[in-house]
Amino acid sequence: MKILGLILAGEKGQNLGKLTNKRASAAVPIAGKYRAIDFTLSNMVRAGIKRVGVLTQYNPRSLMDHLGSGREWDLDRKNGGLYILQPYVSDTSQLWYRGTADAIHQNITVLRRGDEDYVLIGSGDHIYNIDFTPLFKYHLSTSADITILTKSVEGYDPALYGTVKTDQNERIIDFKEKEKENFGDKINLGVYFMNKKLMMDLLYSTVPNGKYDLVRDVIIPNIENLRIMSYKFSGYWRNVKKSLIEYKRINMDMLNPEILNELFSPSRKIYTKLKDLAPPKITSTGSVVNSIVADGCIISGKVSNSVIFRSVNVKAGAIVDNSVVMEGSTIEEGAKIVNCILDKNVTIRTERSYIGYEEPLFFEKWQVV
Amino acid sequence: MKGDEVVSEIIAMILAGGQGTRLGVLTENVVKPAVPFGGKYRIIDFTLSNCINSSIYTVGVLTQYRPRVLSTHLGIGRDWDMDRKNGGLFVLSPYAAAAEGEWYKGTAHAIAQNIDFIDQFSPQYVLILSGDHVYSMDYNEMLDFHISRNADATISCIRVPLSEAHRFGTVITDNTSRVKEFEEKPKNPRSQLASMGIYIFNWKLLKPLLIEDSKNEESSHDFGKDIMPKLVNENVNFYAYEFEGYWRDVGTIESFWEANIDLTRSMPALNLYDANWRFYTHSAEMPPAFFGNESEVVNSLTSEGCIIHGKVDGTVLFQGVKVKKGSFIKNSVIMTNVLIGENCIVEDAIIGENTIIGDNCKIGIGDKVKNERYPNIYTGGISVIGEGVVVDEGSTVGKNSSIGNFLNTKEMKVKVVPSGKNLRIDGLV
Repeated sequence: MKILGLILAGEKGQNLGKLTNKRASAAVPIAGKYRAIDFTLSNMVRAGIKRVGVLTQYNPRSLMDHLGSGREWDLDRKNGGLYILQPYVSDTSQLWYRGTADAIHQNITVLRRGDEDYVLIGSGDHIYNIDFTPLFKYHLSTSADITILTKSVEGYDPALYGTVKTDQNERIIDFKEKEKENFGDKINLGVYFMNKKLMMDLLYSTVPNGKYDLVRDVIIPNIENLRIMSYKFSGYWRNVKKSLIEYKRINMDMLNPEILNELFSPSRKIYTKLKDLAPPKITSTGSVVNSIVADGCIISGKVSNSVIFRSVNVKAGAIVDNSVVMEGSTIEEGAKIVNCILDKNVTIRTERSYIGYEEPLFFEKWQVV
Repeated sequence: MKGDEVVSEIIAMILAGGQGTRLGVLTENVVKPAVPFGGKYRIIDFTLSNCINSSIYTVGVLTQYRPRVLSTHLGIGRDWDMDRKNGGLFVLSPYAAAAEGEWYKGTAHAIAQNIDFIDQFSPQYVLILSGDHVYSMDYNEMLDFHISRNADATISCIRVPLSEAHRFGTVITDNTSRVKEFEEKPKNPRSQLASMGIYIFNWKLLKPLLIEDSKNEESSHDFGKDIMPKLVNENVNFYAYEFEGYWRDVGTIESFWEANIDLTRSMPALNLYDANWRFYTHSAEMPPAFFGNESEVVNSLTSEGCIIHGKVDGTVLFQGVKVKKGSFIKNSVIMTNVLIGENCIVEDAIIGENTIIGDNCKIGIGDKVKNERYPNIYTGGISVIGEGVVVDEGSTVGKNSSIGNFLNTKEMKVKVVPSGKNLRIDGLV
């Protein structure tokens, strides 16, 4: 079974404020050393997908820097590998991607050229670890035209997610977009699996007519005449771009050993850009409880209930509690942060104290406060 | 690759065949350069990283003894940016030719066997290195010295206490740093300048020397024993470069343990965190280290994939080590994927990869009794447990003791390995 992977990674993530000022939501740092896109990319690679297109648009520099040639995901290949698909100017197109369907349509050559029979579409800002192969089998055994990954709405706010309703055979009979009432019992996880030819036919018949959204304009209008099946996922799944509070909560979820173990199971690895930093060092004055600490850190202060990214320096007498501290940040002597999110390379100066009460305090990249 | 197209000014040859017998069970299954060190590295990473950081991109690694782990670790050199179109990393194993096939008889013989490999790069200089040492060194400074003295050969030396000098090759120089005498492991050393096993040769000089040496049946084909004395006798421009910096020969259990524990102290001499002199390695992809609610970790290195619920002090934890509740680990080196059960006490120990220590074990407890069978290997009061060992719950392991690789103490029905004793496949000796 040959499958083309497509990852939608063009969004800004409006709700993340300054965190996505200079990066797409798929490039948001998460869980100590990863970027959001690592999860979907690793899931696809582990499912045997040899050709992956990443559709970028909003400020892709940080994302491109992270992906490079795709080497960390074994996608630096002579045949296939990683394709970065950016909006471009040509005789026939000079527009930004106007929607998800338009984005794929503008790159239809990638679909037309490959020898794949199927296409798997995922989103770059979802945090989960899944083995896709049962989904592929399910798609075949249920004779589905399209299979959509779903999850029980329990524990999620239906007003923030697209939901679906299914019949007793798990066929999807209705889509609801972010509704407070009369919502479906499963949320749509934004993963679509279908025959490549079908995908192309659907795009050719919709996008040129000004219909640009994959779900609203391409999938929903075909709910009657296509067999759209729901494949239920029961593991951990989060979307990083809902809100800053949610973003912090996802990071804090890593302090739950069960979630940590599920997401980073040794048998189903999540790959990321390697940086060969030294093991983190805890010095004689340091202490770390209920936290994760990435490579290259030197901890001389007190760290609790926090996620510490690579090369962070917590100096003697400093206190870090209930915070997310990204790569290269420094908490100087005697400083204190509680309920804060520090973007990369932030410096908290000596004896300063920052406490986030209802919402976490956010510090921009390179800020010195 | 066509030799006349590729020219490297300098190429490095790393001797990585050393058995390292004084590391006991640690080198029973792997060659010394492949022994894990410092939380995520293997010993050879330091030499390879020094090469990259010194902009030397053509490196031959000479393997011989148990090369499997080493070869897997090196791969095509990608982790050191040595997967190149021109030059790069080459693993050179002993080979059989039409008329003769043989193992490397000595360090000089190993290089001599690869003369055609070196020739294809037409180098001006050949840097001979050892994969056995942990150090941080810019080879360019040594090369500058070599060039400035118009030398034919340069040996790198480090000053050691006179009482230690008998363990090394020692060098006596005149006031221009020219080598006057070379003594390999002298009984009564007359110089503090110890050879680091690092040499730069003009290839034009070395090549005929190696050919001549390999034909000499009385030679032991060793750089220290045969080539160095010859350089002195033949009166070539042979200089000693004095290196000042961090360099350790981690060839004994005690020095290996100490060099690891040094990293946990404040401001260690070997800086692993220098962004301008990074050490590269091939490591597994694992999530950041997790510290539980009851963890108490001080003066320690922890690595990716660690899950710590116990107390850890003055210890190096490698990747994926799990320390359960109520356990206390002090002054120890715990290698990759070791599992330490609940309520254990581990002190002054080295524990090999993938070993499982059951609940309520006491490791490194007892009197410092001399090891009876291997008095020169298991010293310093250190307990050494090999890789893939299963230590049954409630066991005790004493000081200056060892447990062999892949043994299962439960199956062997051994609850106590007393101080100074060794558990081997044939029982307690």
